[in-house]
Amino acid sequence: MAADLLQSPLFGVGLTLGSYFLAQKLYLRSGFPLFNPVAVAIVAIIVFLGTTGIPYRDYAAGGDYILFLLGPAVVALGVPLYVRRREILARKIPILAGIFAGALTSILTASGLAWLLGASDKVVLSLAPKSVTAPIAIGIVEKIGGIPPLTAALVVITGCLGAICGPEFCRLVGIRDPASMGLAVGTAAHGIGTARMLEVDRLGGAIAGLAIGLNGMLTAVLVPLLFVLFR
Amino acid sequence: MVRGFAILLLLQFAGEVLGRSLRLPVPGNVIGMGLLLAALVGGLVRLEWVQEAADLLLSHFALFFVPAGVGVMVYYDVIRQEWLPIVVATVLSTFAVMAVTGWTEGYLARRGGGDGR
Repeated sequence: MAADLLQSPLFGVGLTLGSYFLAQKLYLRSGFPLFNPVAVAIVAIIVFLGTTGIPYRDYAAGGDYILFLLGPAVVALGVPLYVRRREILARKIPILAGIFAGALTSILTASGLAWLLGASDKVVLSLAPKSVTAPIAIGIVEKIGGIPPLTAALVVITGCLGAICGPEFCRLVGIRDPASMGLAVGTAAHGIGTARMLEVDRLGGAIAGLAIGLNGMLTAVLVPLLFVLFR
Repeated sequence: MVRGFAILLLLQFAGEVLGRSLRLPVPGNVIGMGLLLAALVGGLVRLEWVQEAADLLLSHFALFFVPAGVGVMVYYDVIRQEWLPIVVATVLSTFAVMAVTGWTEGYLARRGGGDGR
């Protein structure tokens, strides 16, 4: 009877909401960026599933319902873009140049560093689109011959990193303007970074959302091009 | 609220259809974001229609990534095999991208006399 319930969506949805709620409490109470609610909830659920031996498939039966809402949420990013369109249009050239510089930096440093450290060719290829939103990154890696599941994991890890310390790192290196910060975090850490930016600043969040789309398109063009050149 | 959700889902659907038929390398929901912006600018959709639903979704944006993150556990073995280059490259590259992107945008915005501060 209990095993039955574990396979119903009730379990995955409940576990996700419960963990996220507690993680958010911890984050607000401690005020410590390392306790980013997304990262803490993910780790807590992985540890929970690991120790109880409940298969990932059972969790995903409910988790997929939560994941479904990501679709309309990404569409909803069009609203802050519309509301702040004048401020964004006023600096369209800096924004486009920033995303271009960031996309190029991402591909070259991620793959380049892994190559220097002796990673296998497949891992080097899988790292190239790590800063891009998952569906685009997986599409790119399928095309160039990397390992798509590895890329999916790298994308999530990159996103959590950007969410945990993106705004703090930006301030540390002198990026204080909310628009510049949003662009930096959105370009480096796609949707998960955007989620954090939405909490920090609405304009920054809107620009981070824009960066998800533009960096995704640009990286999809740049990666195949660069890897043809280096072959 | 219901109208807002209906519009958001409809635009996501339109984005999926558009992306597949034109074979764009961009996911349907990102195309849907562009479609929503265009519909708002063009006056096809009014801000009041979508604002409430959009605010609700955007204020819980981070939550929707949790299930995708848990999916990482399935690929634990792949990462473990070459964890050192993977971790070093991912971490350093993420910081490099933020610095380069933010500096470039900030520098050009200030130089161009935009509202960069």
